[in-house]
Amino acid sequence: MEGFRIVVLIKQVPDIEKVRFDVETGRVDRSSAPAETNPFDLNALEAALQIKERCGGTVTVISMGPRQAESSLKDAIARGADRAILLTDPRLAGADTIATARALAAAIKKLGGFDLILCGEKTVDGDTGQVGPEVAELLGIPHAAYVCELREISRDRVVVVSDMGDKYLYELELPALLTVTRELNTPRLPTLKDLLRAKRAGIEVWTADDLSEHVPANMLGYQGSRTRVVKVVIPSAEHRKGIIYRGEDAVEKIAEILLSEVAAI
Amino acid sequence: MSGKGILVYAETRESEIHPISFELLGKAREIAEKLGLEVWSVILGSGISDKASQLIHYGADRVYAYDDERLRDLNVVAYKSVLVDFVKETKPEIFLIGATPWGRSLAPRIAAALDTGLTADCIDLQVSEDGKLIQIRPAFTGNILAHIETTSKPIMTTIRYRVMKMPEPDPSRRGEVIVRRPERVEADGVKFLGKVSERGVNLADAEIIVAGGKGLKKKEDLRILEELAGLLGGVVGVSRPLVEEGWISKDHQVGFSGNTVKPRIYIACGISGSPQHLAGMRDSGIIIAVNTDPSAPIFRHADYGVVADLYEFIPRLISFLKEVKGHGKGVVKGA
Ligand SMILES: Cc1cc2nc3c(=O)[nH]c(=O)nc-3n(C[C@H](O)[C@H](O)[C@H](O)COP(=O)(O)OP(=O)(O)OC[C@H]3O[C@@H](n4cnc5c(N)ncnc54)[C@H](O)[C@@H]3O)c2cc1C
Ligand SMILES: Cc1cc2nc3c(=O)[nH]c(=O)nc-3n(C[C@H](O)[C@H](O)[C@H](O)COP(=O)(O)OP(=O)(O)OC[C@H]3O[C@@H](n4cnc5c(N)ncnc54)[C@H](O)[C@@H]3O)c2cc1C
Repeated sequence: MEGFRIVVLIKQVPDIEKVRFDVETGRVDRSSAPAETNPFDLNALEAALQIKERCGGTVTVISMGPRQAESSLKDAIARGADRAILLTDPRLAGADTIATARALAAAIKKLGGFDLILCGEKTVDGDTGQVGPEVAELLGIPHAAYVCELREISRDRVVVVSDMGDKYLYELELPALLTVTRELNTPRLPTLKDLLRAKRAGIEVWTADDLSEHVPANMLGYQGSRTRVVKVVIPSAEHRKGIIYRGEDAVEKIAEILLSEVAAI
Repeated sequence: MSGKGILVYAETRESEIHPISFELLGKAREIAEKLGLEVWSVILGSGISDKASQLIHYGADRVYAYDDERLRDLNVVAYKSVLVDFVKETKPEIFLIGATPWGRSLAPRIAAALDTGLTADCIDLQVSEDGKLIQIRPAFTGNILAHIETTSKPIMTTIRYRVMKMPEPDPSRRGEVIVRRPERVEADGVKFLGKVSERGVNLADAEIIVAGGKGLKKKEDLRILEELAGLLGGVVGVSRPLVEEGWISKDHQVGFSGNTVKPRIYIACGISGSPQHLAGMRDSGIIIAVNTDPSAPIFRHADYGVVADLYEFIPRLISFLKEVKGHGKGVVKGA
């Protein structure tokens, strides 16, 4: 059997625990935090690598983003991806999910054939979880979201468990797209040797012109977007009372609150 | 089609309407009054026609029920194809979908097929003075609230469960129910093979949650929290590391990659208050935190903080509550 042609979509995001938010202006200062690969996308990559190891095949990673997203692609190469493509162009900037999905779908079409596309369930920054299903629709292929278990994969189909609160079993015909949860697997870490090797690896860079055969540039980036972020508000340390108890009386105080509140339900 | 409408997708699970659908109808009514729209609802499934009147009671002026054996299972491609055809025909101005896992899987496919904007997981919708719909949603793992406008039609939005007020149903409300069979069900490539398991606990609906984190030293100690939860008629939640340890199932996880909850009371025991944990519980009613570290971030988000060892504090709280209950001083629900 010839191997699977797997595509993994990865997004570079800021380390969410370090990024600073300006409460006054509502600005997100991305430069305040180091960039990393969206954590869920590492589970998608791990799943791809496991399929490749078991059944043979190739893993291509694609990311749309600024030039610096190259480091996430190199990290993916270090972990075992075969090929990496960066979609970068000022005309791709400011994209909402639909414009992002159009660029990614066009890039996948340009690659030629594929069997399986893997994405994270969502990102830690934009946090919509929409890009995966949108790419599937644009490519006209089935998808399953919140995949927490990959049961079987064969030449023409895949059987997965989708975590929708209750868990459902689905069989999808290939080619198909899966968005995956953190429960799916534990991503491997690249070795130092792999990291050094990946440093020298070539990353292919595509611009809007490279995608023009499949999507016009005015459907991409800010221009092609259908939603606009018009304002950002940083919720301040909120409306919480912030009463702190330390001593002996804490038990009684908390019990009082519980008794008055719980009885009222 | 007469008039302009705001459309609400009524989500069904095994022929029952998910309560998010009623919440959306309540919000849709409010927006409809402001923008001069009708409220429409669409429901898909097999044997669901008799449920349509409930949607009228909760605020729909007109309900379209696609009742078809081919729509019995949750097949995302099938549902997408019927809803896309429906939207193309009826041309709603606004289309609201519940941000349940199913809704968040289905909505983007529809938006992509219709080439329209979709805003994810909103916690509020407002109408601006010039009549624009402002969609408000958390992003950056709950650290910010973004205000979003859509430049295409229909404006599509998924809305988080339990953020919109549940309206009072009015059984005397009248409306039109139109039962249909879809002309086309494109279900290519997806086969539903059945339910693997039901979730063990429903945190999203819980009114009282006693949550534990890495401050717990071993799996067995979860019992302390279970006892308190039992006494209060609540359920146990946890931070992610406890799920990763395999101490408890993922159903119990609160946070960015787990459940978003909104209980009346959230008691966080031995939880530091990471951004990912806060993303799942920051909208709770009353937040109580128990932590040995006075500088733990959770205290900045708590109404009542107790700087104490949970192994001392929680058992004492339990005895105290039991004692009060024994004396019949308080009514502790569920005890
Ligand atoms: C505060 C804020 C709020 C926003 N709200 C919305 C909104 O409501 N609706 C909307 O349409 N847009 C919104 N956007 C824009 C959106 O964040 C961007 O379009 C972004 O490029 C992709 O969306 P996401 O981060 O939500 O990805 P998700 O849809 O959450 O990503 C899911 C998966 O898709 C893949 N993926 C996503 N982006 C890329 C990429 N650039 N390259 C490769 N793979 C990728 C990854 O596998 C990822 O795990 C918002 C942006 C901001 C800053
Ligand atoms: C992509 C991603 C998604 C994630 N999703 C989630 C999610 O959904 N939910 C989630 O919870 N986390 C999530 N996390 C993990 C998150 O970053 C934190 O690691 C986690 O929330 C920490 O859990 P904790 O507060 O229990 O542990 P810790 O941060 O270790 O805190 C333990 C706390 O217990 C206190 N303590 C210790 N002993 C005692 C005692 N005897 N009595 C009282 N207090 C005591 C300590 O002072 C400390 O504050 C996610 C991370 C990533 C990267």
